[in-house]
Amino acid sequence: MALLELKNVSKHFGAIHALNDVSLSLEPGRIVGLMGDNGAGKSTLVKIVAGNFRPTHGTMQMEGQDLSMHRPIEARRHGIEIVHQDLALCDNLSAAANVFLGREIRKGVGPFKILDYAAMYRRAGQIFAELRSETRPRDLVRQMSGGQRQAVAIARTRIADAKIVLMDEPTAAISVRQVAEVLNLMRRLRDRGIAIVFISHRMPDVFSIADRVVVLRRGRKVADKDVAASSPEEVTGLITGAIEYA
Amino acid sequence: MDIQFDDNIKRARFPLLTWLTSRQAFWVLVAVILACIFLSFATNSFATSNNIYNVARNFTFVAIVALGMTIVIITGGIDLSVGSVLCLCSMILAVVMHAGYSIEVGIAASLGTALLIGAINGVLIAYLGIPPFVVTLGMLSIARSLAMVASNNTVVFQFGPDHDKLLFLGGGALLFGIANPVIYMLALTLLTGFVLHFTRFGRYVFAIGGNEHAAIVTGVPVRRTKVAVYMISALSAGIAGVIETGWLGAVTTNLGSGMELQVIAAAVIGGANLAGGIGTAFGALIGSALIEVIRNSLGLLGISAFWQGTFVGSFIIIAVAFDRIRNFRSPE
Repeated sequence: MALLELKNVSKHFGAIHALNDVSLSLEPGRIVGLMGDNGAGKSTLVKIVAGNFRPTHGTMQMEGQDLSMHRPIEARRHGIEIVHQDLALCDNLSAAANVFLGREIRKGVGPFKILDYAAMYRRAGQIFAELRSETRPRDLVRQMSGGQRQAVAIARTRIADAKIVLMDEPTAAISVRQVAEVLNLMRRLRDRGIAIVFISHRMPDVFSIADRVVVLRRGRKVADKDVAASSPEEVTGLITGAIEYA
Repeated sequence: MDIQFDDNIKRARFPLLTWLTSRQAFWVLVAVILACIFLSFATNSFATSNNIYNVARNFTFVAIVALGMTIVIITGGIDLSVGSVLCLCSMILAVVMHAGYSIEVGIAASLGTALLIGAINGVLIAYLGIPPFVVTLGMLSIARSLAMVASNNTVVFQFGPDHDKLLFLGGGALLFGIANPVIYMLALTLLTGFVLHFTRFGRYVFAIGGNEHAAIVTGVPVRRTKVAVYMISALSAGIAGVIETGWLGAVTTNLGSGMELQVIAAAVIGGANLAGGIGTAFGALIGSALIEVIRNSLGLLGISAFWQGTFVGSFIIIAVAFDRIRNFRSPE
C-alpha cells in the first residue's frame, strides 16, 4: 500500500500554474528521484508535501487517511521530514545539539527541567552508529566535513521517527567522495523502510540509488517509471522537452 | 588535516588544558590576575582590603548588566538601551519610595518597568523585524527622557520610610564582609551560566545566534525566545539600577549614561561574539573585572584618567583580534 498518495494535485499562484494535475505515490523503503529543470515545479511539490503550501486542487492521503496540512509542523507530526539543501545546522552547536534541536531531551520534575546531555549524546551516538557515520555527538558542527554534516541533518529525521524523508539536493554542493557517503546514508534510511524523495539535478546519483524516477516539466509530470526501464538520455530528453512524455 | 590531527592528540592528552586555552575568558582572567599581581608590587595601595573591596563592588553594576547583554549578543542582537533603562528603573524606585511606599513596592515597580521596556524592545525586534540596533537606540533616548519626566529632572536622595533598608541592600555587607552587590553579581552569574548551559531556553539562545533560519525550520520558538532575551537584558539593567541606587543613596538623571558601551565592551572582552552564537556568563564577569582593574590601576599609578578609554578600547580590539587569529589557524 502506498504510504503517501497525491492525486491530481495542482498549485496556482494567481495566474501562474506552478503545478498542474500531478499524481504521485510513495512507498515504504523506496527511493523516488524527483527531477526537472529550475522552475519545473520540484520545490512547489516538495513544499506541498512538507506542509508549506496547500494544494489549490487535488487530494493527499497518508496511509489511506485524508491529509490536510496548514503548517510545516503538522507535516512533521505526520512523520514527514525534510532535509534542507543548506542542512539548517547551527555551526556553533555540537552534533547532538543539532540533532535534537527543537526536540531536546530533558529531565527533572514539573516545570524544573534541565537538558539531559547524557541521554542526547547516547541517542545521537546510536543513530550515527546505525547510519554507520563516523560523526561524534560531542563535536562541533563547525569542524565537520560535508558528509558528517549530512549525517547530522539525516539523524534528525531518525529522532523524529520519520516515515517520509524529503531530501532537497543533498549532493549538489559536496565533493565526489562525500556524495558516496551521502548516498550510503540514504541507503541506510531506505533499509529501515523509510520512503525517500530525492530531489536532484545529478543524473548519476539518481540512477545509482533511486528505484523510480519522476520527471517534472513546466508543472506537469512527464514521466514516472522504474529507473531500470529508463536511461539518463531519456530523462535528459524529458527534462528539456526533447521527449514529450514517457 | 595535519593540524586537526595534532589537535586531536593534544585534546586526548590534556583535555582540560586544551579546553581552557581555547577560552577567551580564560586569557582575560590571566590578564586580570597578572595586572593584579603587577599592581600589588607597583603600588602600595592596590592590595589593601579597602581598595579590593572597592574594586570588587565597582564592577558589579557593569557585570550584572553585561550578563543580560551577553545573552542578547549570543542571539546575534544588541541592546543599546541598558544604560537608560538602568537610570529609569533607579528613578522609578526612587520616586515610588520617596512618595512613601515600601521598598517592596518600589522594587516591584522598578523591575516591572524594566520587564515592560524589555518586552517592547523584544516585540518590535522579533515580531516587526526592526533591527535591534534601531529599536534599542530609540529606547535609549525614550527611557532617559522618561526618567527625567518621572523626577522632573531633580536629584532624589530621600527614599521614604524604607530609606535605610534600601541603603543596606546596595551598600551593606551581608556575608563575611563581602559587599552585597558582589554577592548579587556572583549569584546572578551562576544563574545565567546555569540557564545558558542547562535549559532548553539557553540552547535556543545559542541556536538563534548560530543559525536563525535553522532554528526556525527545526521548530524553535524564535520570536518568543527573542522577546524573553530582551526582557532579561532590561531586567538585568533594572536589577543593577536598584542595587546602584542603594549604594549611591541618590539618583540623578545622568546615572548610567554611556554605560551601554562599557557593558558591551565587557561582554566582548569576555568572549561574546557580536556576530552571535558565542558567549559565556563567566566571560561577562571577567570582562567587567578587567575594565575595572584598568580603571583602578590608572588612578593608583598616577596616570591621568583621560587615558582610561584608550586602554579599554585597546583591550576590546585585542580581544577580538585574538579571536580572529585563532580562526585563521583553524582549518575551514
